[in-house]
Amino acid sequence: MKKESDSRIRPAINFFFTLPKFGTGGMMVVIGAAIVIILVAMTILSPFITPRSPIQLSVGPADAAPSLSFPMGTNRLGQDIFSRMIAGGSTMMEVASLAVAICFLIGVPLGLLAGYSRRLIDGPLSLLMDSLYAFPGLVLAIAIAAVLGRGVVNLAIAIAVVYIPTYFRVVRSQVLTMKELPFVEAVKVEGGGTLNILFRQIFPNVLASVAVIASINVADAVITEAGLTYLGLGVNAALPDWGFDIYYGYQSMLAGAWWTVLFPGLMVVLLAGGFTFIGEGLSEVLNPRLRR
Amino acid sequence: MSLKSFIVTRALLTIPTVFLLVTIVFLIVRVLPGDPALLHFGKQVNPTALAEVRHSLGLDVPIYVQYYNYIIGLFHGNLGIAFSNEEPVTPQVLSAFPATLELSIGSMIVAVLVGVVLGVRSSRRYGSLEDKIIRTFGAVVYSIPVFFLGLIFIGVFAVAFHILPSGGRYSLLIPIGGTFFGVHIQTGLYTIDSLLAGNLGEFVDAVRHLILPCTALGLYISAVFLRITRSNMLEALGQEYVTAARARGLKERTVLYSYGLRNGLLPVLTIMGLEFAGLLAGAILTETTFAWNGIGTYIVTAVTDRDYIAIQGAVVFFGILVAVVSLVVDILYAYLDPRIRY
Repeated sequence: MKKESDSRIRPAINFFFTLPKFGTGGMMVVIGAAIVIILVAMTILSPFITPRSPIQLSVGPADAAPSLSFPMGTNRLGQDIFSRMIAGGSTMMEVASLAVAICFLIGVPLGLLAGYSRRLIDGPLSLLMDSLYAFPGLVLAIAIAAVLGRGVVNLAIAIAVVYIPTYFRVVRSQVLTMKELPFVEAVKVEGGGTLNILFRQIFPNVLASVAVIASINVADAVITEAGLTYLGLGVNAALPDWGFDIYYGYQSMLAGAWWTVLFPGLMVVLLAGGFTFIGEGLSEVLNPRLRR
Repeated sequence: MSLKSFIVTRALLTIPTVFLLVTIVFLIVRVLPGDPALLHFGKQVNPTALAEVRHSLGLDVPIYVQYYNYIIGLFHGNLGIAFSNEEPVTPQVLSAFPATLELSIGSMIVAVLVGVVLGVRSSRRYGSLEDKIIRTFGAVVYSIPVFFLGLIFIGVFAVAFHILPSGGRYSLLIPIGGTFFGVHIQTGLYTIDSLLAGNLGEFVDAVRHLILPCTALGLYISAVFLRITRSNMLEALGQEYVTAARARGLKERTVLYSYGLRNGLLPVLTIMGLEFAGLLAGAILTETTFAWNGIGTYIVTAVTDRDYIAIQGAVVFFGILVAVVSLVVDILYAYLDPRIRY
């Protein structure tokens, strides 16, 4: 059993290192992954590497411009923005990854089920998902977040509801074409059960497209989280948080202190951009029709 | 299927979607943990007063009765009574709508122009440096939260250079519309109202206020148009009729625009319909950034006030709007491309 998992991981690692050979798409994956890994490592290590406390008030003068002692300046409360940037990604990363996990765990099985069964399950499910899909996502997320209240899990749920239909649709459409293919027919003839066919035969084959959606989706989730926090629906204003810092820097920026908004904004862009690069690159690598 | 029966089928299909949507919103507000009335007033309110308010807002009856009243209300265009000022939600939402509409239309124009032009350029030189730069631009713009883009614009154009206003919809007077063939018309769209009044100063003022928010929101959405135009153009340019046109010695310009773009543009229309939802979502954040008094600002205020009926009303309004827009776009699409109907 162990040996089998080894032999599965090794190709994955090899795949990663051969990515640059796949042209622009492969390079995008590598660059995106590098950005994400650096940001995640920075966030995890933040207790040890921030030069000052990210939450202590008045470590410097209020709204001080970037200088040698405060490389990114200070905010209205005299907090060190540089330290807040190093530590401020954790909430966003937790919420975004949890949201994507929820999407995956709900969207993929429902998509498999709907694609494989006809009418009775597929009809109502598709209708429900289409209604959700057609809805302005952020508006729905605001409503859910407002009702559920603050918290990492609540925010993740609010964001997940918006994106579950995307997973559902992609998986469902893939299953629809795949279930007619000879290899599925073969398993059916051998007497394989429905669950076996769904999860052991079809599921591994839809994973590639789910991976593409998931990585683009993390980017969306990051941006949505930042947006909800910006609107005042964030998890906890006491923790350093990029989204909250943008919201909080607004007044200072109108008075000319651009650094209070610019740096947290750039951090969000970097994180979302990293995931977008991974997703875009993956879709190009995995879709040979786009490659020439 | 004839166009007429396509329209009827498509319109009928909208009904369950809207119905489900309306139900989902109702469930979110009433069934998720937490008593909306209690949440709104906090814990210090005395039980008698709370019961009184619940009664006056129709929240003291069983949930299915509430649902029934809510649906019946919707048929009458009644979105309920807001907690915060105890006034009906419908007129409030309707009076905020023109601001959002004006912002959305302006942004859509920016998005389509930027997206289609860059998409065509990008597809023309597939794999070239220009293609890579444009694609990177698309990925970067899409990764920038729209409110951050707006804040950058404010920082540069309003705070640093004082070229354009940092927010709001007007700085002179509220444009009040004008008389057109003997009828007084006031649309709430300030660009149109000022023109109707024949006041050019107000018109320029309204446009100046529109530039920054529309560019911010438009650029954000343009990434989607860029991608779809590029891939459709690539597909269209790979078709045999394009090769044939080239073989006949037609000018590259003609091939690109008459053969490629004409066929590559149709899906852009569909995306316009789909992206309308994204546009409205972006509008909420853009409105907050630019102090724009539209539905987005209304929702954010409702969230701050914990006014669940107002949130519910605005969300339902948004949902119905999106459903209607996508219906119209689908019909338009079927009209333009008869293959859709079969």
